[in-house]
Formats: sequence, structure tokens, C-alpha cells
Amino acid sequence: MATEAHGAEGGGLVFHPMDQFIVKPLFGGDAIGLFTITNVTLWMGIAIVAIVALMVLGTARRATIPTRTQSVAELAYVFVYKMVEDVAGKDAVGFFPYVMTLFMFIVFANFLGLLPMSFTTTSHFAVTVVLALLVFLTVTIVGFAKNGAKFLGLFWVKSAPLPLRPVLAIIELISYFVRPVSHSIRLAGNVMAGHAVIKVFAGFAAIATISPVSVLAITAMYGLEVLVAFIQAYVFTILTCVYLKDALHPSH
Amino acid sequence: MATETHAADAAQGASAPGMPQLDFSNWGNQIFWLMITLVVIYFVLSRIALPRIAAVLAERQGTISNDIATAEELKAKAVDAEAAYNQALADARSEAQRIIAEAKAEIKADLAQATADADAQIAVKAAEGEKKIAEIRAGALEAVQAVAADTAAEIVAAMGGKADEKAIGTAVANRMKG
Repeated sequence: MATEAHGAEGGGLVFHPMDQFIVKPLFGGDAIGLFTITNVTLWMGIAIVAIVALMVLGTARRATIPTRTQSVAELAYVFVYKMVEDVAGKDAVGFFPYVMTLFMFIVFANFLGLLPMSFTTTSHFAVTVVLALLVFLTVTIVGFAKNGAKFLGLFWVKSAPLPLRPVLAIIELISYFVRPVSHSIRLAGNVMAGHAVIKVFAGFAAIATISPVSVLAITAMYGLEVLVAFIQAYVFTILTCVYLKDALHPSH
Repeated sequence: MATETHAADAAQGASAPGMPQLDFSNWGNQIFWLMITLVVIYFVLSRIALPRIAAVLAERQGTISNDIATAEELKAKAVDAEAAYNQALADARSEAQRIIAEAKAEIKADLAQATADADAQIAVKAAEGEKKIAEIRAGALEAVQAVAADTAAEIVAAMGGKADEKAIGTAVANRMKG
């Protein structure tokens, strides 16, 4: 916000919609080493604290008649558990804690990113690529470990006519390796784009005549972003379940 | 645009315009903290939160099915109690009928007894009366016989005859019989 205000005071409109995504060391200095404590560290830490508050402290009383916080925690549990069970199959419930970890991290990172002045960790490809690669590697390793060479049947479409099969195999192979790319870019792209658009509207708010429209637009975008924050977490999780299903039951 | 500025980004640091996401100099840092975050969340969830929530949900399911079972049991008990109540009511009713019938029979018997007693007494009294009447009648006949004999003797005497007491007595007796 501050940057936009500065820009407006300086005369013309200056947009820095991407400045919100800059990784900065928290305790001075410019260099970012591997272990430097940055705003990434801070907001991931806040995400951990929030998840612990909801899932551990919220359920501390183990009440049969749940409190509101415990209800939300149970809701999240049942939501993801049903998703894993329904989409990936009953034998995939062993992956439930793993899928739950991904879902909770993404949903909390997305919603924490909607706080003004916050830093959105899931808007960074570094984060989403790692998440997507984790899923990709898990799926590939589990697929081969559970099914051996039969896992390759995923690329050999038996229901297609024989001459088409090699072509389809190439397409399937490409689509398999594109999965982590789309998986990661979808999440980071959606989050980043929404936040950037809000910043652009915020820049326009410096012009008195446009500012009411701008504020309305920011409000509308914010509402959309609230939806996107949840939907992208949901999409990421359900795709993880779909890929897990491929790993456990590779037949088409 | 992003790919063009990326090289410059990497060279100048994060403050340059463009996409900070493509500033690969800080990827290591982000990935390092992300892995720590994911590991922490994974352990917190899988060791504490998820088993606890699973236990709570299972317990709630158990409580609900227990409560339903208890409710069904209570309902069955209520039905039993109603049946027992109806049974008791029917028993009481038939008992009352029986007592009423018994009392009626007893009263009837008493009444019959009393009637019989009274009849017997009446019969005794009647017999006594008849006896007395017979006595009186017998007395009266004797008196009539004596008076008749006397009268006959007097009449005989008055007519100037001599009354033979024996003959008169026999004659009177004969007349009385006839």
C-alpha cells in the first residue's frame, strides 16, 4: 500500500503490484541465504500457529458436543477425509495425513495472504512447485512400488484401437509430466494474479474521481479472492487425490 | 515479460520490477522454510490433531448409536409397562367382578338361610297354633258333650222321665259322632 501512496504523491500513477511478493529478510541485510529468516518464514510460521490453534487447541477439550472451533476442525477433517476416500479410493486413506497437510497449508497460506500487508507464500512458484513435485514424486514412487511395471499401463490405453495406442501413449506421457507444472502454476498463478489486480485497483484509488469505483472494484476482487483462496486449495487437494488414484489403480 | 526481466532480477536482487516469483536467488530459502513448515504441520496433524479428531468423531458416533439404543430400550420398556398396566387393570376388573359375584352369592345364601329359618319358625309356630286349636276344639267338644248330656238329662227330667245317665251319655256320644 505504502508504495502506491508514494507513487501517487510523486505525481503520476506508479504501480508496483508485484512488490507485495518480494522476499525480504526480516532482520535487516540484503542477502538471502538458505537459512535467512524472511517474511516467508514469518508467514509460514503464522500458518503453522493458525493450524495448531485450529486443529490442536480447538480440539483440546475433545468435546462430544463440539465448540465452534472444534466444529470447524472436524469439518476440515471430514471434508478432506471424504475427498480422499471418494476420489482416491478406500485404500488411499493411508495418504490422508499427507493430503490433509497439503490442504491445511494451502488453505491457511491463501487466507493469511488475504490479510492486508501480509505476504502470500502460495503466490510463489518456489512454494507451489515444491508442493506439486512432492505430489508428483509421491504418485510416481507409489505407483511403481504398488504396481511395478503395470503402472506403465497408465500410458497404454487398452480401450483405444491398437494403431492409436502409441500416439496416445506419447500424449499420456506428456500430460503426465505436465501435471506438476499445471498443478503448481494454477495455484500460484491464481493467487498472484488476484493479489496483483487488487494492487492495481489500489493504485487507481489515488485519483480522487476514480477512487470510489476503485474501492468498489477492490471490494469485489477481494470477495472473489476469498473464493479463489478456498477453491484453489480445494482444486489442488482434489487433483492430488485424482493423481493418487492413478498411482493406486493405474488401469484406465 | 517475466522471463526477460528474470535475468536482471537475479542480478539486481528482488527490488527490481518484474516477478519476484522468478527471482531464483531466494528459492533455496523459500524451499528450506517450506519443507520445515510442511514437516511441522505433518507431524502436528498426524501425531496429535488427526487421531484426536478421529477419536472424537468415533466417540460421538458411538454416543449417538448408544443413545438411540437406550432410547429404543426405554421405548420397549414403556410398551411393556403399558401392557403390564393394562394387564393389572384387567386383573383388577375381573377381581372386582369376582368379589361382586361372591358377595351376591353370599347374600343370596344368607337370604335363603334366613328365609328357611323364618319358614321353619313359622311352621313350628303354626304347628303349635294348630295343636292349641285342636286342644281347644277337643276341650270344646267335651264341654259340648257334657252340656248336651246335662241338657238331655234336664230335658228328660222335665218331660217327666227318669233319666238314665248311662243311656243319655251313650245317646249323646252317638249323636256327637253322627
